[in-house]
Amino acid sequence: MSFTPGERVHVSSRAHNGHHRTPGYLKGKTGTVERVHDRFLNPETRAYGEDGTPAQRLYLVGFELGDLWPTYRGGAGDRLAADVFEHWLEPAP
Amino acid sequence: MERAAHDRGGWPTDAPIDRAEHELADWELLMDAIVGSLGRSGAMNVDELRRAIESMEPAAYDAASYYERWLFAAETILAEKGVLSPGELDRRMAR
Amino acid sequence: MSHDHHDHDHPHEHLTTADEPVVAARVRALEDLLLEKGVVERDELRQRIDWLVSRTPADGARLVARAWVDEDFKTRLLADARQAALELDVDPGPSPVVVALENTENVHHMVVCTLCSCYPRALLGPPPDWYKSLPYRSRAVSDPRGVLREFGLTLEDDVELRVVDSTADIRYLVVPRRPARTDELGEDALASLVTRDSMIGVAQPLTAA
Repeated sequence: MSFTPGERVHVSSRAHNGHHRTPGYLKGKTGTVERVHDRFLNPETRAYGEDGTPAQRLYLVGFELGDLWPTYRGGAGDRLAADVFEHWLEPAP
Repeated sequence: MERAAHDRGGWPTDAPIDRAEHELADWELLMDAIVGSLGRSGAMNVDELRRAIESMEPAAYDAASYYERWLFAAETILAEKGVLSPGELDRRMAR
Repeated sequence: MSHDHHDHDHPHEHLTTADEPVVAARVRALEDLLLEKGVVERDELRQRIDWLVSRTPADGARLVARAWVDEDFKTRLLADARQAALELDVDPGPSPVVVALENTENVHHMVVCTLCSCYPRALLGPPPDWYKSLPYRSRAVSDPRGVLREFGLTLEDDVELRVVDSTADIRYLVVPRRPARTDELGEDALASLVTRDSMIGVAQPLTAA
């Protein structure tokens, strides 16, 4: 499914033993879609000799640093954003 | 959740950031160019490069310099694809 | 830089200078094998090396300086930095998408690649070792204000810090704030204030003399 800016999204915490570009520190976290990027070839399959099609939508997803780290020492409004592929995102409850 | 050695975000560390810089050595520039060329020709794409680096033993990953990781990856992928035969680079080194 | 030995046709020993690590010989041996097999070409390797050593932060600085003096250009830069670079005959590099992140009075951006070392090197030159280092990759996302303090930058509490982890195909470039008291400066002088570190987001630009 696709997402739009402003939507709350949850990053999957599923296990994935092969190459993938979703950092561990974001898995299971909830953030907000900030930008909708183009589609890009899927690195998870390109890494193993496949052509990476179908291309996957990439989103810039923003998180509050206080949500990511229980002991975060910084400004209350501090945020982090990362590019996450669509197939790693679910609508947040 | 166990993390792979390359997946570093938020990894607990007290290590200060060493801000010393070095200009890339000739061999590093060459390694960079080799990888770029392999990418252009399709012999090894950037995702294969990263996948191979991520397959390093964690201790080896931590100890290797940046372009040593690239060399490891190039050898791994090229051997996987039969471009390099087993031990071929070692034999060339011994020549 | 000693690339002369690549011009020889005869096989040669993989000598390394006293300063080079053992890995250097292995890389040269790999090069020789791949040249012999026709997997890589000498000319292309040379062109790639020439390109990489010619990349400097001056290119990124030109984009920033133009954005400081030209609001319309800034709008275009923020919409599509890759296209804006091409407008100024600046090589944006092979990345399909480059995004410029504007620092304002209220927002300060900082860029990292926690998974490896993704970096807009066409615009900034090769990344510094610290950007690729394990401590930076770890702490930039969990203790960014601590990292900035190590770099000598303390942000006000009411400035929102935005860390961007470039995890995929997008490359990010920070557009730092124009320093105060620079109204009299021309574009070239402004560009000279824009440091590489200010375009990564770990420093502010230089101040006017």
